[in-house]
Amino acid sequence: MGSREVTGGGLWRRWWLNRTAIVVVWVATSMAIWVGLHWYIRRLSMRKAEEGLVSMCEERARMLQDQFAVSVNHVHALAILVSTFHYQKDPPSLDQETFADYTARTSFERPLLSGVAYAQRVFHSERELFESQQGWTIRTMKKEPSPVQDEYAPVIYSQETISYIGALDMMSGEEDRENILRARATGKAVLTSPFRLLGSNHLGVVLTFPVYRSDLSADATVEQRVEATAGYLGGAFDVESLVENLLRQLAGNQDLMVNVYDITNASKPLVMYGPQLPDGFVSLSHISMLDFGDPFRKHHMVCRYSKRPPVPLSAMTTPSGVFVICMLAGYILYAAWNRYDNVKEDCRKMEELKKQAEAADVAKSQFLATVSHEIRTPMNGVLGMLDMLLDTDLNSTQKDYAQTAQVCGKALISLINEVLDRAKIEAGKLELESVAFDLRSVLDDVISLFSAKSREKGIELAVYVSDRVPEVLLGDPGRFRQIITNLVGNSIKFTERGHIFVQVHLADHSNLVTDAKVDAGLNGHRDEARVVSIGTKYNTLSGLEAADSRNNWENFKLLLSYESTMLHAPENGMPYENSSDVVTLVVSVEDTGIGIPLLAQDRVFTPFMQADSSTSRNYGGTGIGLSISKCLVELMGGQINFVSRPHVGSTFTFTAVLKRATSSGTDARRDVSDNLPTCFKGAKAILVDRRPVRAAVTKYHLQRLGITVEPVSTVDLAVHALSVCNGSSTSGDGKHPFLFLIENDSWGSKEDVCLQEQLLERRNGYTADVPKVILLANSDAEKTKLSFSVDTVIMKPLRSSTVAACLQHALGMGLRPSKEKPNGPAGLHDLLVGKNILVVDDNKVNLRVAAGTLKKYGAKVECTESGKDALVILQMPHKFDACFMDVQMPEMDGFEATRQIRLMESKVNEQTKNGGTASEEGSTNTQWHLPILAMTADVIQATYEECMKCGMDGYVSKPFEEKQLHQAVAKVFLQGSSH
Amino acid sequence: MALLALKEQLNVLLNSMFAEGLLDQQFQQLQMLQDGSSPGFVAEVITLFCEDSERILTELSKLLEQQVVDYQKVDAYVHQLKGSSASVGAQNVKLACAQFRQFYEENNKEGCIRALNVVKHEFYRVRNKFDNMFQLEQRIQAYDAKQQN
Repeated sequence: MGSREVTGGGLWRRWWLNRTAIVVVWVATSMAIWVGLHWYIRRLSMRKAEEGLVSMCEERARMLQDQFAVSVNHVHALAILVSTFHYQKDPPSLDQETFADYTARTSFERPLLSGVAYAQRVFHSERELFESQQGWTIRTMKKEPSPVQDEYAPVIYSQETISYIGALDMMSGEEDRENILRARATGKAVLTSPFRLLGSNHLGVVLTFPVYRSDLSADATVEQRVEATAGYLGGAFDVESLVENLLRQLAGNQDLMVNVYDITNASKPLVMYGPQLPDGFVSLSHISMLDFGDPFRKHHMVCRYSKRPPVPLSAMTTPSGVFVICMLAGYILYAAWNRYDNVKEDCRKMEELKKQAEAADVAKSQFLATVSHEIRTPMNGVLGMLDMLLDTDLNSTQKDYAQTAQVCGKALISLINEVLDRAKIEAGKLELESVAFDLRSVLDDVISLFSAKSREKGIELAVYVSDRVPEVLLGDPGRFRQIITNLVGNSIKFTERGHIFVQVHLADHSNLVTDAKVDAGLNGHRDEARVVSIGTKYNTLSGLEAADSRNNWENFKLLLSYESTMLHAPENGMPYENSSDVVTLVVSVEDTGIGIPLLAQDRVFTPFMQADSSTSRNYGGTGIGLSISKCLVELMGGQINFVSRPHVGSTFTFTAVLKRATSSGTDARRDVSDNLPTCFKGAKAILVDRRPVRAAVTKYHLQRLGITVEPVSTVDLAVHALSVCNGSSTSGDGKHPFLFLIENDSWGSKEDVCLQEQLLERRNGYTADVPKVILLANSDAEKTKLSFSVDTVIMKPLRSSTVAACLQHALGMGLRPSKEKPNGPAGLHDLLVGKNILVVDDNKVNLRVAAGTLKKYGAKVECTESGKDALVILQMPHKFDACFMDVQMPEMDGFEATRQIRLMESKVNEQTKNGGTASEEGSTNTQWHLPILAMTADVIQATYEECMKCGMDGYVSKPFEEKQLHQAVAKVFLQGSSH
Repeated sequence: MALLALKEQLNVLLNSMFAEGLLDQQFQQLQMLQDGSSPGFVAEVITLFCEDSERILTELSKLLEQQVVDYQKVDAYVHQLKGSSASVGAQNVKLACAQFRQFYEENNKEGCIRALNVVKHEFYRVRNKFDNMFQLEQRIQAYDAKQQN
């Protein structure tokens, strides 16, 4: 047990660890899933942002490029305009005013250019002329007069917006100069690197376009281009405001940071637009290349988000949801697993409990069997000793006590046996005895057991055993008796009127008869609706209908007649009688009770099943009897069944296979049969009974006593028979008593008179041979009613030994001289004669009776009516030998009076003791102690104890009961004398 | 013959009294006590019983008529009556007393009154019989005396 627990604990711990690990792993997995999902969703959103960035960036770049290209184209057109109108016309048709006007009016075409200006190529040689023509000197960018140079490029025309650069030499600015040189060499628009523009101080670039004097071919050399150069058209791109405007037009402007760089020098990009130090979200950016039409210069645009793109809400919610789902799923799995474990554990416990219960059941059966057996053994000792005690010479009282004890002991044994049976049947190890027994006496015993009840209810209870049934059988008488007792007990319980009839036949000829007369309505079920019609007389024991019609008189007669032929048969040498050792009995118990309800009929033999629950309420009982009976019958090799009709009655029939007692049959008979007196052998009797079945039963009992019976149906017939017999019998068998038995209900006043006359007649004639008239009565009432006119009354149910006793009594034969009881009244007389006795009772009548009784036994009696008077009378010294004291008296009751008396006595005793020592003469002086006996009507333990407590010596019941009086008196006086 | 008839009559009367349960074995005991030494014993006892009982019954009737019944007194009287009836063997009276007791133990006044009536009834019945019996006995004694003369 211990080790199992330990391993169980280990298992438990391991399981627990396992479980914890699994929980941890599961939570970790769920977290991982959460993280993974979150990351995935973020990446997805990031990629989307990136894609958005790329597209936005490209879009901006293209737009910027396009607008730029448009502006460049327009500047190109301006260049062509200048060359056309300034150089190819003579005089030039273009002047500052026109140029300014034109450019102002066409400035919408060049939104990116803050303004355009035209600078003319002026060699140093031409400077004087040019300055004089224009009326101003060429100045450098710093607004100083220009130093001497090879060439100059003074602005001659400028747009209004940038009129401040008029007359400035473009060649003086570093950036512009380079630009001019590159432009006239390539013949294309060129750009400067970004620099702060003069007017706005914005970052910007300057676009320079060469204006040639004549048309050049596409493949003109650099020298030709330089040669042909007449001037330069320039425009300032205000990149900053340009890009600003552009971006403003586009969506998502706020989110996006745009930088435009000039990366002609790759190692040192120049900022064209945007903050110098990139801020905002750096990690995500896109670079778009820009082509502004100048192959020498390279630009690109860098876009990035101004803020880190927000983590999408779904990146939090989705994984959280999944996590929750995972947790839930885990919990569900966990709970299911837990539940499964619990259920498995419970199941295991149940299994264990079931095993325990089964074991307990077995143990209970064993215990019952053992204990019952253990009780039975000493009880058998007690009963045996009682038996032996009864064999000794006892007086009637003692015998009565011993017999009572024996009866009680037997009842206890039978109870124990029943319990034992149950246990044994449950354990399946019931064994049957095989001893010789007399079936008839067993049945008689059973009948006498129920006689009181049947008389009380006024039911006819009768037994009939076929003559063919051997007297001594081998079998288990106890079990047999048990079955019959059960069945009869049931019948008695459920029968209120009519009869209970127990029959025993041999199976073979019982079958023979039933075979001969198979009744169609055998099973009461079919005609259950037929209620006993009142007035119809059935030929059964009591005249009431019985459930099983096989048991009616016709069949019974058949059986009887068959029997009688069989009885005579052995003389004729019938081989049938001794053909086998086995005797199969058919026992039927028929009653006219309430019957068994049809619904309940198929579970009658189930243990603890009564017809319905109300049955046990009304009639009591456990419902185990029939099931035990069934088991027992089956053990005896027979079967039990029944026919029952509600409100008609039930007939239980069972068969039992017993053995014939073979050897030393006579010895066995002597042992087992109760000794029926043989003194009636050869007697004759006339039986008056209207009912043949009942007559047969009576005849059966009388025949067992050896009396020949002649049944007649009426008293008249009987008288007739009597007179017939008169002549023959008186002469021949004069010495045999002649009996005249009359059934109670065949008795009427008329017959009575008639019979009396007859009898008187006989009495006068032949005094020696008067038939005794015996009445068979069913109840005490009948007995008292008719008892004075007959010689004796035999009470039903009939039982051979009772019948014998009654007859013995009536005929005055075999009466043992009743022994004079040695301890009876004579003894009392001896004890009481000459004694002085005081009787104290407030009730005069009682007083008188008690006194009378005591006087009768020779005592001298004085009476007094109260306790106080008694005290006065009993003042020391007094003459009384004893006192009878009533307990319940007014003023001073018996207890109090006794206490006072004892007090007085002790005082006197004290005095004598003291005085005695002084005077030395009281040596013979006895101590005063008056025996006091209480007289009480109700003797209960409490009263008895009270008596003893207040100093009484005993008690007698009131009115006096001889036995008890004797006991009490004897105890007191014998004790006193032995002192 | 008349003497025989009288004796027979007395016998029948006694038998009927036994049969009806008016008397029990105790009365037989009483009869057995009566012998030569005490000729009028039974008569004496019976007379005592009748007088005593009558007194008790009147007392009981008075007690039960009162508004508040003193059950302790009732108990004492009934006990006494029971004792004396048991002593003479007046079985029915004794049984009626026992029943009476049940009622006053329950303090059931109505039951007590009913029970008292039953007791009275039984008592008068048995007293009538006793009267008859004494008359018969006296006549028998008278005949005896005559015959002796």
